[in-house]
Amino acid sequence: MSMLSLTRATLGKDLRLEWRSKDSFNSMVFFALLVVVIFSFAFEPSAEESRRIAGGLIWVAFLFAAMVALNQTWAREVRNRVLDAYRLSPAPANALFLGKALGNFIFVVLMEALITPLFVVFYNLRILGEPWLLALVLLLGTWALVVNGTFFAALSLHTRNREMMLPLILFPISIPAILAMVEATTAILTGEGATGPGTNPAVLWLKLLAGYDIVFTSAGLLLFDPILRAE
Amino acid sequence: MKSSVIFAACALLTLALLANGLHQALVVAPTEQTMGDVQRIFYYHVPSAWTAFLCFFANFVASIFYLVRRSLRSDSMAVASAEVGVVFCTIVLVTGPLWAKPVWGIWWTWDARLTTTLILWLIYVSYLLLRRLSLSEQMPVVAAAMAIFGFLDVPIVYMSIRWWRTQHPQPVIGGAPGSGIDPVMRHALYANFLAFLAYACLIIWFRYMLENRQNRLRAMEEVSWVPVPEGAEPSFADEAIQSPGEAS
Repeated sequence: MSMLSLTRATLGKDLRLEWRSKDSFNSMVFFALLVVVIFSFAFEPSAEESRRIAGGLIWVAFLFAAMVALNQTWAREVRNRVLDAYRLSPAPANALFLGKALGNFIFVVLMEALITPLFVVFYNLRILGEPWLLALVLLLGTWALVVNGTFFAALSLHTRNREMMLPLILFPISIPAILAMVEATTAILTGEGATGPGTNPAVLWLKLLAGYDIVFTSAGLLLFDPILRAE
Repeated sequence: MKSSVIFAACALLTLALLANGLHQALVVAPTEQTMGDVQRIFYYHVPSAWTAFLCFFANFVASIFYLVRRSLRSDSMAVASAEVGVVFCTIVLVTGPLWAKPVWGIWWTWDARLTTTLILWLIYVSYLLLRRLSLSEQMPVVAAAMAIFGFLDVPIVYMSIRWWRTQHPQPVIGGAPGSGIDPVMRHALYANFLAFLAYACLIIWFRYMLENRQNRLRAMEEVSWVPVPEGAEPSFADEAIQSPGEAS
């Protein structure tokens, strides 16, 4: 089988399983909702304030919620010994990695699509910049979190308390991506800094995010094979 | 025997270099005009930073070597350089605020270089944590992958934080035209850098040899393990050596 069809098979299997059980998706959405509600109690922002801090709050909420899904990434495969089967097969390990990452990506984006409107309602947000850029930040930022998260979840399979290990190794590496997402989102929400064409700070941060995605997607694809074979 | 003699000689040499560095920094170097004596932290702060970055670079190279060649010696080198790098990075993060408080009036600021160094420290602490909490025999592979990810992150971190904000002074060595320091000060700086680098190399070497011995011990333990019959005296290997998975 080619790399493409294998990726599609892995992705299809994950989507179907998750669609039927909705285990990690439901807990992820509920967790994000809880974080959003608790933040609004903790900060009680006015409309002007909330526009400035919402970028940070929403990404922290998404980051924590994504952890719930990412921690479950490999749980089912380990339980059913899928990884052992994969090691024996001549199939490229990258296909598995890519399929898993895409599956996580789809579910995290769905979660964000559900929570973002709620966030806008709860915090009375009115977007002053360009909303379509926000969608781009969401996609690029989520991929940055998910591609590294999927890889590091595979790393943390080899550790003692794997659920706790994932954020410990993922967060430090993700700091520049989180910074870029938060800054881009804040720039779009407040509409600040865009004095003329080509000077929009959100675009600058989006470029950084794209660079981050390219670097770590390549690194993940290159290094996943030795990680899978390590047993 | 022979290697221990060489080690002792290198240790003495390092000691002499460190003594020279101390003398250069505290006595020979002139007092800075505006900052006064507190500026002498510079001779420890900057060389520690350079040494830490070199250690992390060594960790990166050793990790790639491990993934290509799969020799445990590369892994020993990786862990030794990462540990020493974290120590020097900690020195940078401690001496920085000590210097910043009297000069800038604040302990800490979220500036490009400070933040990058802090994130670097966080990344390598998480690397060491991953090593410490790893269960399987394949921990070196996992750690090497993490080390490569961590090192790839450094330029991105630096760039992103620089766009974010900058307060730290521009580099005085090889910086923009017009920057630069007194030749005596520069000499003291280089003397300390040499001393710190020698010191770091010495500890890395020691740690590397220690790790190699532990690896050999583990390998021997695996080969020589035989079930002890009931009532027999427990063998040395059972008591003194934990299995690699349980070692903490």
